[in-house]
Amino acid sequence: MNPEGFLVLSAILFTIGLAGFLLRRNAIIAFLSIELMLNATNLAFVAFARFHGNLDGLVAAFFVMVVAAAEVVIGLAIIVAVYRSRRSASVDDANLMKL
Amino acid sequence: MIPLIPLVTASEVAFWVCAPISIVCALIFLLSRKPIHSAIAMAGVMVSLAVLYAAQDAPFLFVIQIVVYTGAILMMFLFVVMLIGIDSLDSVVETLKGHRIAASLVALGVGILLISAVGQFTMGGQPAGLAAANAEYGGNIPSLANKLFGEYVFLFEASAALLITAAVGAMVLAHGERLKKKMSQLDEADARVRRYAETGEHPGPLPSSGVFARHNAISIPALLPDGSIAEKSVSKTLTMRGVVVDVDELRAPTSTAYQALEGRTDELEGDDE
Repeated sequence: MNPEGFLVLSAILFTIGLAGFLLRRNAIIAFLSIELMLNATNLAFVAFARFHGNLDGLVAAFFVMVVAAAEVVIGLAIIVAVYRSRRSASVDDANLMKL
Repeated sequence: MIPLIPLVTASEVAFWVCAPISIVCALIFLLSRKPIHSAIAMAGVMVSLAVLYAAQDAPFLFVIQIVVYTGAILMMFLFVVMLIGIDSLDSVVETLKGHRIAASLVALGVGILLISAVGQFTMGGQPAGLAAANAEYGGNIPSLANKLFGEYVFLFEASAALLITAAVGAMVLAHGERLKKKMSQLDEADARVRRYAETGEHPGPLPSSGVFARHNAISIPALLPDGSIAEKSVSKTLTMRGVVVDVDELRAPTSTAYQALEGRTDELEGDDE
């Protein structure tokens, strides 16, 4: 199986993740969209690794997962902290600085 | 050489089964308005991606995609969704004018750009496959470990620092300062006595509910010495619900019995005279 199919799938998933990030107003879902984009790039990494026959792509995907885990920890902590002060998880409600 | 019957490999079967599943799940993720549905659909995407990893000779990534990504990270998302946003629908109000259309157009543009860029060229030839690279140190995991602890060891150590920083950061963010000093038992006793001195509020416990010959449930008010009802002997919640029993009804049998007795006594005494 050629990697083109995997790359197209990766591009489609990345696009859906991008659309989710731009469209959804719930902070948790916007954050999950970023995870979807990271997953899509991971798929591309694995496809390229298989095409070129070396393991560096897999190591890159592994590091993406590590960074995603760290990012989730901080991001969810921020979302919960905002929720505690505003009683809302919507990104539209955090507009205190707006004129 | 083009074979007459197309050679369908397990990898291709996995791709044509899992790719549509992952795209459908991603669309459900995008379009459902409840956060919990989105998170579950995301789990579907991640599991089907894990199968695709397995189909591409990456068993280690297959396992950690399921165990770490779907099992740990996504479940943490679900945990937070259940904690703070389980019943909140995504708002359909546009705070920025035309935001939805603009965002859709941007996403569509990026999608067309990416897919056309990827689809325009072919890589040429069959993929080299990871079999040789995996076999070098006797398997996928030993070979990956060789890369990770050899070539990429500094990156690996940096990621350890990153994870520790993230853990400390989460603790700092989750930590809430106590605004008031915690009340000790002595403070509470002092406050009770002060309230008694200032407002005359009774410092002791509240009166218990009433005990009658036929009933002693908590919805029955106690009586004060003058026969009136002690308001504090029944929970406010029960009073608001209106389930408090009418005391006069409970008293009625006793009163009639006493009246009958007194009437009988009067009769007997009247006979004597």
